[in-house]
Amino acid sequence: MGVWALVAEPAGLLPAREQMALSLGWHIILAAFGVAFPAMIFVVHRHGIRGDETALRLAKRWSKVAAVLFAIGAVSGTVLSFEMGLLWPGLMGGFGDVLGLPFAFEGLSFFTEAIFLGIYLYGWDRLPPRWHLAALVPMMAAGVFGTYCVIAVNTWMNMPTGFTLTGDGEVTDVQPWHVLFNSRALLQFAHMWLGAYMLVGFVVAAVYATGILRGRRDDLHRIGLMVPFGFASVAAILQPIVGHVLGMALGTIQPAKLAAFELDVTTENPAPLHIGGILVDGEPRWYLSIPRWGSFIARGSFHKPVRGLESFPADELPPVNTTHLAFQGMIGIGTALALAVVVYWFARWRGRDLLAHRWALCGMVLAGPLAVLALECGWVATEVGRQPWTVYGILRTVDAAGDNPGLWWVFSGVAVVYLGMTIGAVVVIRSMTRRWRAGEEDLPSPYGPAPEEVAR
Amino acid sequence: MTLEIAVAAALFVGVMAYALFGGADFGSGFFDLTAGGPESGAEMRSLVDHSIGPVWEANHVWLIFCLVTWWTGFPTTFAAVTTTLFVPLVLALAGIVLRGAAFAFRKYAPSVGQARLYGATFAGSSLITPFFLGTVAGGIASGRVPADGYGDRWSSWLNPTSIFGGCIAVGTCAFLAGVFLCADAERTGHPGLVHSLRVRTLSIGILTGLLVFVALVPLQNDAPTLADGLKHRAAPLIVVSGLAGLATLALLWLHRFGIARVAALLAVATVIAGWGVGQYPWLLVDEVKIDDAGGAHATLVGLLVAVGCAAVLVLPPLVGLYWFTQTEKAPAHDARAGG
Repeated sequence: MGVWALVAEPAGLLPAREQMALSLGWHIILAAFGVAFPAMIFVVHRHGIRGDETALRLAKRWSKVAAVLFAIGAVSGTVLSFEMGLLWPGLMGGFGDVLGLPFAFEGLSFFTEAIFLGIYLYGWDRLPPRWHLAALVPMMAAGVFGTYCVIAVNTWMNMPTGFTLTGDGEVTDVQPWHVLFNSRALLQFAHMWLGAYMLVGFVVAAVYATGILRGRRDDLHRIGLMVPFGFASVAAILQPIVGHVLGMALGTIQPAKLAAFELDVTTENPAPLHIGGILVDGEPRWYLSIPRWGSFIARGSFHKPVRGLESFPADELPPVNTTHLAFQGMIGIGTALALAVVVYWFARWRGRDLLAHRWALCGMVLAGPLAVLALECGWVATEVGRQPWTVYGILRTVDAAGDNPGLWWVFSGVAVVYLGMTIGAVVVIRSMTRRWRAGEEDLPSPYGPAPEEVAR
Repeated sequence: MTLEIAVAAALFVGVMAYALFGGADFGSGFFDLTAGGPESGAEMRSLVDHSIGPVWEANHVWLIFCLVTWWTGFPTTFAAVTTTLFVPLVLALAGIVLRGAAFAFRKYAPSVGQARLYGATFAGSSLITPFFLGTVAGGIASGRVPADGYGDRWSSWLNPTSIFGGCIAVGTCAFLAGVFLCADAERTGHPGLVHSLRVRTLSIGILTGLLVFVALVPLQNDAPTLADGLKHRAAPLIVVSGLAGLATLALLWLHRFGIARVAALLAVATVIAGWGVGQYPWLLVDEVKIDDAGGAHATLVGLLVAVGCAAVLVLPPLVGLYWFTQTEKAPAHDARAGG
C-alpha cells in the first residue's frame, strides 16, 4: 500500500489530513461545551433564582466562562467551514449539493445559539430573571438540533445515501432530505450527544473536585461538582448501550472498519474478542483473546462470523493499528467511567458519600481528561477507520483532497494559532478563577486606567 | 425567476447582511487600533467592547450562512473559488480566528499588558479580514476564477480590482462602525468620544466614497464585464449610494447620529448591491452563469425551505437582540465596569 499511496497522493493530501484532524479534534471539545454546558448552567441558574445565592453566583461565573469558550468555539467552527472547501474541494465540488442541506439547518441552530448567547450574556441584571433564564432554552434546543445536523452529514459519509452515481461518475437523482433524515443518523447523534454531556460533565466536575482536594470544601464547590457530575453520570451509563447498538450494524455497513476495530485478521465464526494488541507485519500481537465475544459484540450473536482484514483488497483497508487502538481506548475509558459512576451512586444510595475520600476525588479529577480522551478516540476511530474513503465506497480521500503545494505552510500556521488560542484560553480562564477566589466577582476589563478608577 | 436565481438572491442577502453587520463589527477594530495608548484609549475601547460584545457572534453567523448556501447551492463554483483564491481565503480566516479569540480574551484579561496584546491582535485582525474578503470579491468580479478551479493562486487576488475591493471593504467597514459608535457614544453619554469619532468617521467616509468612484476607472480595463454592468444596470444603485453617502456625511456633520445609521447602511448596502447587480447574471464573472451553476433541484428547493425557516425562526430574535442592545441608555452603561 505504501508504494501505491506514494504514487497517487496529491500534494494536498497529508497536510490536509493533519490539519483536519487538528482543527476538528480541537473544535469538538468546544462544540461539546456549546451542546452540553447551557443545560448545566440552566440547572444552576434556576436553582439560583429560587433563592440560592451561591448557585446564582456560580451561574454568573459559568456564563462568563461560556462567553470565552463559545467565542473560540465559534471561530474554530468557522475554520472547519472554510476547510471544507480549502482542503476538500473534491468533496465539496462533487457532493456539496448532496451533503449541504443538513449544514444549512445547522446554520439555523448556530444562529439561534449565537443570538440567545448574546441575549443571555448581556441580560444579567437587565432582563427579568425568568425571561433571562429562559434565554438558555433555545440555546439547549439549538445544541441538540445542530449536533443532529452535523452528525447527519458524518453519518452520510459513513453510509452514503440520497443520490445515484451513474457509470461515468455523474451524481444524479439527489435527494437531500434523505441525507438529513437518514436512518442511522439518530443513533450516531445520540452517541455524540451523550459523549458531549460526558465530556463537559466530567471536565467541569474535575475542576471543582480539584478545588475540594485543595481544601475548598464549600457550597459553591459542591454544586459545581454535583450538577455536572449528575449529567455526566446519566450520559456515562446510557453511552455503552447506545454505542453497542450503533456498533452492531457496522458489520454490514462498513465491514473493513469493523475488522480494524476488532483486530480480526481472518474471518472467523464465531470470532473472538481481541483486547489490546497491535498488528506487526500483518500479524496481531500482544492481545488478550476472549472466545466468541467478538461475534457477540459486533453482531449481537455468538454464531455470526466477523469478516477479517484479509478478505479486503489492500487498498481498501484503513490504518489498522490507529483505528483499533483508538476504538478500544474509547471503549475502555467509556466502560471504566460507566462502572465508576455506578459505584459512586450505589455507595451514595447505601448512605456513604465517597466524596469524603481523597481517592474518590482524585478519580473525579482524572475522569475529566479521560472523557476528553475517549471522545477524541471515538472520532479518530470513526474517521481513520473510514479510510481510504471520504465518502464510504464512493469517494476516496485522495480524490477529495486538493492539489495545493502550500498546505504544509498553512498547517504550520494553523498549529501555531491553535497553540496560541489554547494558551490564551487557559491563561485567561485561570486568571478568572484566581480573581474569583480572591473575592472579585464581576471582573472588569483592564483597558488602561487603574481598575479602581474604572470601577469607581 | 428560476430556482437558481432565488437561491443566489438568498445567498446575496447573506453577503449583504454580513457586509453590513459583520462589517460594522470588523470596522470597530479600526477605532480600537487608533484609540491611542492604554490611558487615553480606555474609554474608546470600552465603548467598542460594549457595542459589539453582545452581537458579534450573531453577526458572524451570516458568514457561515453564506458559505453553506454557496457550497450547497452552487457546489462546483465553491470548489473553483476555494482552489483559486486559496491564499486570501486562508488569510481572511486567520483574521477571523484571531479577531474572535482575542476579543473574547481581552474582555477577561487579568492585566493591562495582556489586554494590550489581545487588543492589538483583535484590532489588527479586524482590518485583515475585510481586506482579504474584499480581494476575494474582486477576484470573482474581474473574471479571474476559472470554472474548473485552480486559477492562478497569486494574480487572482493581486490585481487592481481585488486591491480596490479590499481597500473599499476596509473603508466601508470602518465607516459603518464609526457611524454606529458615534450613535452609541452619544446615547451612553460620552461627549468626548463623540467628537473624535465624528471627525474620524467623516474623514473615512469622504475617503471611502472617493475610493469607490475612483475604482470605477481601473475597472474599465481590469473588470470590463463588471464595469459595464455598473455603468448600465447598476447605475441607479451607484447614484443612490453616492447620495446616501453624502446624506450620511451631512447627518454626521449635524450630529444627527441616530438617523445617520440608516443612511450609512443604505450607502454601503447599495454599493454591495451594485456589485451584485453589476456582475449579474454571472456567478463567476465571464466563466459561469448563476443559472448554469446550480446544484440538484431538490437541494435548491431544500435550501429555500431552510431560508424560509430562518426568516421565521431566526430574524425575530435577531431583531430583538439589536433592539435590546441598541436602545440601552446611559445608566446601565456607566455600570459597565460593575456589570
